[in-house]
Amino acid sequence: MTQLADGEWHRLHPATPLLRGGIAFIAILGIVIANLRERLVEIFLPQLACPEGFCDSDPLTIVLDHYLLPALLIAAGLLIVIIALFWWSWRMHTFRVTDEVVEVRSGIVFRSHRKARLDRVQGINIVRPLFARIFGAARLEVSTAGSDANVQLAYLGSGNADGLRGEILRRASGARAGAAGAAGAANGPAVPAAEGVERAEGVAVGASPEVQRGLGDIARQRLAEFAAPELDPALAPVTSVVTMHPGRLVGSTLLSSTMFFFLVALAGLITVLALSDAGIFLVFAVIPTLFGFGSFLVRRITRSLRYSIAATPDGVRVGFGLLSTSNETLPPGRIHAIEITQELLWRPADWWSVRITVASHSNRNGAAGQQNTTILPVGSRADVLKVLELVMPALASGDTRELVEAGLERPRPDDRFTTSPRRGAVLRWFSWRRNGFVLHPEALILRRGAIWRSLSVVPTARSQSVAVHQGPVERALGLANVRVHTVQGPVTTAIGALDARDAQTLFGEVAAADVAAIRADQSHRWGGS
Amino acid sequence: MTDDATPAPSPRGLDPVPGEWQRVSRKYLVVDLISTLFWGVVFTALSALPAVLLDWGVWWWVAPAVLAIITIVTLALVPRRVRAIGYRLRDDDLLFRTGIMFQRFVAVPFGRMQLVDITRGPIARAAGLAELKLVTASAASGVVIPGLPLEEAEWLRDHLVAVAETRRAGL
Repeated sequence: MTQLADGEWHRLHPATPLLRGGIAFIAILGIVIANLRERLVEIFLPQLACPEGFCDSDPLTIVLDHYLLPALLIAAGLLIVIIALFWWSWRMHTFRVTDEVVEVRSGIVFRSHRKARLDRVQGINIVRPLFARIFGAARLEVSTAGSDANVQLAYLGSGNADGLRGEILRRASGARAGAAGAAGAANGPAVPAAEGVERAEGVAVGASPEVQRGLGDIARQRLAEFAAPELDPALAPVTSVVTMHPGRLVGSTLLSSTMFFFLVALAGLITVLALSDAGIFLVFAVIPTLFGFGSFLVRRITRSLRYSIAATPDGVRVGFGLLSTSNETLPPGRIHAIEITQELLWRPADWWSVRITVASHSNRNGAAGQQNTTILPVGSRADVLKVLELVMPALASGDTRELVEAGLERPRPDDRFTTSPRRGAVLRWFSWRRNGFVLHPEALILRRGAIWRSLSVVPTARSQSVAVHQGPVERALGLANVRVHTVQGPVTTAIGALDARDAQTLFGEVAAADVAAIRADQSHRWGGS
Repeated sequence: MTDDATPAPSPRGLDPVPGEWQRVSRKYLVVDLISTLFWGVVFTALSALPAVLLDWGVWWWVAPAVLAIITIVTLALVPRRVRAIGYRLRDDDLLFRTGIMFQRFVAVPFGRMQLVDITRGPIARAAGLAELKLVTASAASGVVIPGLPLEEAEWLRDHLVAVAETRRAGL
């Protein structure tokens, strides 16, 4: 499919040194030009030459007048050394992708060799910063669990990056039978449209021996659940399931709490300045603030304007960014928790946003300087359900869909959530009626908050451990709280102020559900074997 | 309020999994008392330094007094706190309990263990005890079983590692 994944060592895109040093290069150029401005003015407009005695002490003048040749030689020598170093470092920076691992070697003096197992891949991110995009290059990040545990291939040709991602994911899925490779080769170059179909065949080939061998009924059922939507190429559309309307994006940004607090702060500032008759200072104080906030708004909007989310056979693909783009693929079973939240002012419009916890923490930020944990910046309730269906297929059935919808609503007596008792109002003043949970065999669903509504979904197959706590105040009230431990991330996975008996029952049930889910879970090789 | 092996749980307290718990060694009581006393004395002495050396006035005795009282109260609670620590091996997970005022019960499935760690402080080593720490992919799990006799800790470590291997799962 792509010859970069043939198990041999390959080099990166030849423009890599320029792209990696791109910003620094431009900055240095800028500094040099700024410093030579006088000089340039003098060359082109001799009548504006600097006054007598002023330029004579300038070291540049001295060098130009007396040591021109040595200076040129030194400059040329330095340039050659720098270019040679860059070239050498580019030659030493190699990578290879085998059936088991992806490896990167780099460095001249301090050599480094990084290796990641493909069955431990947590996600693949293709980032195209604006500067690299102009050159048709992309950065491929293979993330594994842990902080800064990414294997980076920076930079690759854009087409190569897409092909390589497909190939790595196909191998990571475990569907690496020879026939799958042949099918890939037969389909020719990896055009996006053919990608889905081709990979789906790979999955089918890998899945059948799995079923024959048999891993127990639960495993087979679980596998079928995972494989079923993937086997049908018609269900792997390349188009996004959620369309981002520019109006909604702008509206949601204007109605966000950040905007609200900014307006309050701005009003306060203006009032203070107006009352203390500081006149001209008002402008100086307010304008930088406005610029800063304006750039924040523009960044937020341009980042999400070309947002897309789609199901592929190898997981959910989330794309962001207008100028610098990032495109992340999260294989099945790599999402440790999901939280659906609503800003206070979004409620009339019924807008929600969705964020997730994943095991890999990139120390580099996403396309627009934001962590890639928000997978739906803003969407209607229908959009939220579609996204949820993609990231947690187990929750897609009608029954659980109802459950999730109830979780977004105000509480009803028949909504199957076990909520806090009345005495919980001491600790949850407004939200005690809403504060509740449901344990579905696939996931624990926590509903919290009356003013800022939120709904957390923790797949039982991903939770690390579970705890029930009780402090003295809770003891006096007969309450307790339950916390499901997941990997570190932005999603809150705890619920407090539950009736102590409910909390203990939940603790026991979650502990049992976790064990059952671990037994049945096969998602680290989502394509079978 | 469940600090005995056979608890009579007050209706409001927690006891999610009734039954027998493995308790930590009785010797750990002494270890905990000594280390609590040691640190209590050290901090009290440090906070008393300005009052003793500089003689700035009676208010400078407040901090050491408070620390001394805290130390005494903590010492008085140590036996109950030590009795409250317990663990239990079930078929597929390990249960751990701790705390009297702030009760906490944790269940860690064997398949989720990433690492088992044994550490021994100087006092515990003199008493032949060790501390066993379970690490999962979540920083919040926080299962540290203190006061295990060394053989028991080593057996438990080997057992947990062996069981975790058979039930290994991804993250």
